[in-house]
Amino acid sequence: MNRLIEERAFKFLMQISTLLIVGGLLSIVVVVLVKGAPSLTVQMLTETSNGGYYLGKGGGILNAIVGSLDLAGGATVLAIALSIPTAMYLNEYASRSRFAEFVRNSLDLLWSVPSIIYGVFAFILMVYVGLGTSLLGGIVALTMLELPIMIRAMDEVLRTVPQRLKEASYALGATKLETATRTVISQALPGLITAVLLALGRAMGDAASVLFTAGYTDNLPISLFQPVASLPLAVFFQLQTPFPVVQQRAYASGFILLVIILSLSVGSRLAAKRYGRYTVR
Amino acid sequence: MAGRKTNELIVRKIMFAVALLTALLAPLIALGLAQRSELILGTVSLRNLIFSGSWNPDEGEFGFAPFIAGTLWVSGLAMLLAIPPSLLMAIYLAEYAQKRMRNIIKPLVDVLAGTPSVVCGLWGVLLIVPFIRDYLAPLMGVSTTGYSVLAGGLVLSIMVCPIIVSITEEVIRAVPMEIREASLAVGATQWQTVKHVLVRRAFGGIIAAVILGFGRAFGETMAVLMVVGNVPTLPRSIFDPAYPIPALIANDYGEMLSIPSYESALMFASLLLIIVVFAFSFAAAFLLRGFRKRYGLEQAN
Amino acid sequence: MALIQEPEIQIEHLTVSYDNREVLSDITVNLPRNRVTAIVGPSGCGKTTLLKTLNRLIDVTDGASVSGRVLFDGKNILEKNVDVNDLRKRIGFIGQTPTPLPMSIYENIAYGPRVHGTNDKATLNTIVERCLRTAGLWDELSTRLLEPASKLSVGQQQRLCLGRALAVEPRVLLCDEPTSALDPISSKHIEDQLSVLKKDYTVVLVTHTLRQAKRLADYALFVYFGNLIEHGPADEFFNRPADPRTRAYLEGVFS
Repeated sequence: MNRLIEERAFKFLMQISTLLIVGGLLSIVVVVLVKGAPSLTVQMLTETSNGGYYLGKGGGILNAIVGSLDLAGGATVLAIALSIPTAMYLNEYASRSRFAEFVRNSLDLLWSVPSIIYGVFAFILMVYVGLGTSLLGGIVALTMLELPIMIRAMDEVLRTVPQRLKEASYALGATKLETATRTVISQALPGLITAVLLALGRAMGDAASVLFTAGYTDNLPISLFQPVASLPLAVFFQLQTPFPVVQQRAYASGFILLVIILSLSVGSRLAAKRYGRYTVR
Repeated sequence: MAGRKTNELIVRKIMFAVALLTALLAPLIALGLAQRSELILGTVSLRNLIFSGSWNPDEGEFGFAPFIAGTLWVSGLAMLLAIPPSLLMAIYLAEYAQKRMRNIIKPLVDVLAGTPSVVCGLWGVLLIVPFIRDYLAPLMGVSTTGYSVLAGGLVLSIMVCPIIVSITEEVIRAVPMEIREASLAVGATQWQTVKHVLVRRAFGGIIAAVILGFGRAFGETMAVLMVVGNVPTLPRSIFDPAYPIPALIANDYGEMLSIPSYESALMFASLLLIIVVFAFSFAAAFLLRGFRKRYGLEQAN
Repeated sequence: MALIQEPEIQIEHLTVSYDNREVLSDITVNLPRNRVTAIVGPSGCGKTTLLKTLNRLIDVTDGASVSGRVLFDGKNILEKNVDVNDLRKRIGFIGQTPTPLPMSIYENIAYGPRVHGTNDKATLNTIVERCLRTAGLWDELSTRLLEPASKLSVGQQQRLCLGRALAVEPRVLLCDEPTSALDPISSKHIEDQLSVLKKDYTVVLVTHTLRQAKRLADYALFVYFGNLIEHGPADEFFNRPADPRTRAYLEGVFS
């Protein structure tokens, strides 16, 4: 009898825990939605924060939205350029070698680096080359942020490509490179896209790494070497002001950011499902 | 034929170089920080840096004790709050939940786990801080602004849960069916099977999940910064404000440009952070890899 | 030996489906007490499913639906309100893959009694010794009881599983191809044990090897694609099978 009571008690605790955690996570979305929606206007999305926005006058956060897109977009492009060769090399040429182990271990470490440290390190590099806070600086920091995420995800995907697929290609006389670029990538494409979108979303949402690398500005991004605004920082700075109107806008900005990130996340999963049509199972 | 082969060779070398570059990034970061910390390590003793409580950058006093304490208080509390429900939820998803429920909850949690730090901080400011200030603290007979270790711990814990749940669920599910059947076949209940057999078998992986969660809790900056109060004193209770290291770095980055010793001190703080986080990461990876190798699993995330 | 035995288990119109695909169709048969009943048939034809239904281990499989009745001890064990944990105390099970639990040799055997509430050291010691002796492991392992069970050889592990199953004193022992993962010597050990056990237990043995079935069985069932084609006392079954399909299987036309 004792053990049945124990079973029932723990089952109850487990259900409560699940409710708490899922509920807690959902409440984040709900709270931001509820508090943010009222201040959500078209202007927020179409105007920049020039002239008095932070004092309560009109304007929007277009500078931050575009800035984030530029920052995360640039970083993602750079990260893809570095990730695909790395992931492919790990899987096609060096699968079980000590080198692959070294690379994967190192990436595990990179994965755990707090995002603010990317900012600090990028800052060191920027000072070294004489670069001030800028779009470029932010991109460098975000690229480092995206790398471990993207490479790990791509690595996972490439690992699941069945050996027999590659063998079929080799059997026809294709080289490793040709097999990799034609067969493997095609099989892995949906997973690779998910990897990219995952990293992109992460980069768009990060504030700590762009804090002192990208700086902030009220203007739309014009040059790689000028500071640029970003959505997460827009939320943060608006929240700091003493004006309730502006604070409200912070909630709205947070809502916009959340919507963008969640859409990317959900969208990437759906895309992976839809475009996995040619994938052999 | 020769053309294809040389092509292949060149590309292969390039790919190797790129892979090497990405692999060198982590060590480079650590080295860079170490190098920039040399200045402060030359002026203030390591002992003082870590254990002294006097923080007076203008007068060259860089005692990091309050910040280290702040980090430990907030991260520790977050883990205390996050671990039990996360483990229970992971067990529930792995062993008890219906397939349909699992297929809804798991992706839901994975998606929500991507909520950006600032938004979590926003939630903390909107919900948690007022809750502590207006309900919880008065209940305990304490008066506080709400910006406290508790607020930081609560916000951090909800951010850390998904990673613990995800990995723990994976390692428990990975235990082969035969072992469950062996336990059930002698008449053990499901919970007895979980308690005595599954957890024991998945133990390494579960510890790794917790360690990874801890690492994440240590380094999380934005959300905590927004709710923890940022007062550089040693917290005496969870209702006191704190000033964790990442928050310090984030807030004072401006100083880095003007005072070299201050910059070096912050670089040292960063180095401390990275050392701890790397140590955690090593431990967790070691455990997870051993666990996966022993039970012949493919790495999944 | 009289074969008109009181049935230990009566199976009536048992049908099992996985996700709407029928795996066992309308099985009706009585399994005799204190005899070894062998279930033979080609792979994947439902033999394991039949076994797992008898101790309700089938419950653990997603999407399995079961209809019909299985009578044991006067009750239909397929009913919802049956205490399955208690049922599994009375009907034991050994699987194909030797599966030691992640604990010491001693704890493996003691596991069953413990989960049912026996915690007295002396009692457990007695049980562990008795079961290891029955499994033929006592002489080898009596000085190594606290070592991890995973360190044992595969053959020893399977015998350990046998001992573990016996520790809760079941009346029936279900064996799902218990020797298929073992070398010939270990297989022989297990077979010898099973022959002895039938004095006190009802053994239901799913086996892939006809020779093993012939060696051990008192009673036999032929299951083919989920259908019970034929069953009967071993002598008649193996030497004068009635159904042509049984004959074909026994002659090795398909396996």
